[in-house]
Amino acid sequence: MSIFKLSWKYLIDKPLNTGLNVLLLALGLSIITVLLLVEEQFESKMNRDATGIDMVIGAKGSPLQLVLSSVYHVDFPTGNIPLKEAQKVSRNRLIKNAIPMALGDNYEGYRIVGSNHDYLSLYQAELSAGSAWDKPFEVVLGSKVAKAKGFQVGDTFIGAHGIAAASHHHDQQPFQVVGILAPANNVLDQLIVTSVESVWYAHDDEIGPEKLDQEVNKIGFPEADQDRELTTVLIAYRNPMAAIQLPRMINSRTSLQAASPTFEITRLFELLGIGVTVIKGLALLIIFIAGLGIFIALYNSLKERKYDLAVMRAIGAGKSQLFLLILLEGLILTFLGAIGGLMLGHFFLFFIVITNEQGLVSGLNAVTFIGKEWWIIVYALIVGIVASIIPAWNAYKGDIAGQLSK
Amino acid sequence: MIVVKDLQFSYENSLEIEIPDIQLKLGEELLILGKSGSGKTTLLSILGGLLAPKKGEVIIDGTSLYHLKGNELDKYRGRNIGIVFQKPHLLKPLTVAENVALPYFFSKNLSADKVQYYLGQLGIQNKQHARITTLSEGEAQRVSIARALINGPKVILADEPTASLDDENAGLVVELLKSQAKKLGAALIIVTHDHRIKDRIANRITLNSGGL
Repeated sequence: MSIFKLSWKYLIDKPLNTGLNVLLLALGLSIITVLLLVEEQFESKMNRDATGIDMVIGAKGSPLQLVLSSVYHVDFPTGNIPLKEAQKVSRNRLIKNAIPMALGDNYEGYRIVGSNHDYLSLYQAELSAGSAWDKPFEVVLGSKVAKAKGFQVGDTFIGAHGIAAASHHHDQQPFQVVGILAPANNVLDQLIVTSVESVWYAHDDEIGPEKLDQEVNKIGFPEADQDRELTTVLIAYRNPMAAIQLPRMINSRTSLQAASPTFEITRLFELLGIGVTVIKGLALLIIFIAGLGIFIALYNSLKERKYDLAVMRAIGAGKSQLFLLILLEGLILTFLGAIGGLMLGHFFLFFIVITNEQGLVSGLNAVTFIGKEWWIIVYALIVGIVASIIPAWNAYKGDIAGQLSK
Repeated sequence: MIVVKDLQFSYENSLEIEIPDIQLKLGEELLILGKSGSGKTTLLSILGGLLAPKKGEVIIDGTSLYHLKGNELDKYRGRNIGIVFQKPHLLKPLTVAENVALPYFFSKNLSADKVQYYLGQLGIQNKQHARITTLSEGEAQRVSIARALINGPKVILADEPTASLDDENAGLVVELLKSQAKKLGAALIIVTHDHRIKDRIANRITLNSGGL
């Protein structure tokens, strides 16, 4: 027997009471856990995906939508832009690198991105099998796409128009998998990347066989055989001056729109921040109620146990042993709550991730343990001490003889 | 040897209670009789180191109880004084054997484990893993006696140990207390108003109601 074991015996003597308090605390803490995990991973993922992209050029519309659709591949594109105009703007001396993109097709919900090899270099992508594309209709799959669809190098599939599954199918020319990317925990994981030409030709009514055999442009803009369109261009600045001059110039003097991923994402986080604050407040309220529940449970059980405690004193227990007994009950309860909360939180996140395979949250990892989670255990134990200190003190100064003579 | 001298006690706003001097050798028995309200339980609490008297001393085997401070007194009580209450007051979350072993743990007594021995002596060995709620009154009182004996005390104090028992169990409990006190060489003091047991112990004093 030890004080710890004795505390434990008293707790499991009231399984419903104990279970309810642990569950309530675990629920509150699980919300905090999810928020911590999402906050930490989401921001770093958002920043990772936007690395090297200073500006996005696309059709006029919502700048946030433009950034979300062309950098993170979540929202709908704002529309198309003429290739010639995009090329003209990109020739500006303030621009170090411009990556053209043609979006708008998908395969069973996974987006097909027409671009060039620079797009792969942007993320320092490595191939786990095969090689990058040379010819039209050759594609490289993100690791998650390949895994989810079971594709190997050499397999073919038919793309569909639109960015959601079950749209109109392009049934003329199948795409052929020539390479599969290594998992990189960035946006490439869930994309199907190919040349801009592939996307163009998929929309043409007739494609001459000579076009299919022609190598595509692997860097820079594709060569157009007619008036072609792009969806967006990812821009890297040559120097900080560009950040001041370029967006204003493009937005005011052209029919195009320029948007900064950093700026738009900061704005997005500010908007989400209000929601996060509300959820955090709710979680803290639940934790407070859980703490109150533990306090009331210990306080009430102490009333029933006054005689038990007096008997313990009579058979040799010191005041400090009783103090520890009650304190430990609070600490055990909240420690279990913390462990339960962490497990529930990770489980919730896991559930969110597997039900949103293609969304923004799909890149989150539910089985990672971040340093801030230690704080959850610390917070919980503080709640335990606060909730049990008054009952423990009452046990400490309890009057034995008076209690025993009742 | 247990010596009680010059004891005085008073509850707030009430008359002082004077307590007769008592001298008892280890191995001897004493029955303290008195009606309800005559201060029997108060006396027992003072003898057990649970309630400090206003004046006077309780000396057990050369140690003056109320010269011990806080934790020392708790430890001394755990090791040297076994108390049996009117009701068994066993801890319900624990089994019979765990209840009996509890004084070992609280007083940090490292002597040999006598739990099985006392369960056997009191005839409740077959109940050692039972839940407290499944015991009869008589069985529960025997468990509480085992708990009082487990540390091999020098003094055994019993407060109305037979009050809630039937005739047969009452006799049994007194005989068990007597025989175990003899085996331990401990002084036995029983406080009671139960006339069924007064003939079983020769050495007795009577407290008068309204004061001692």
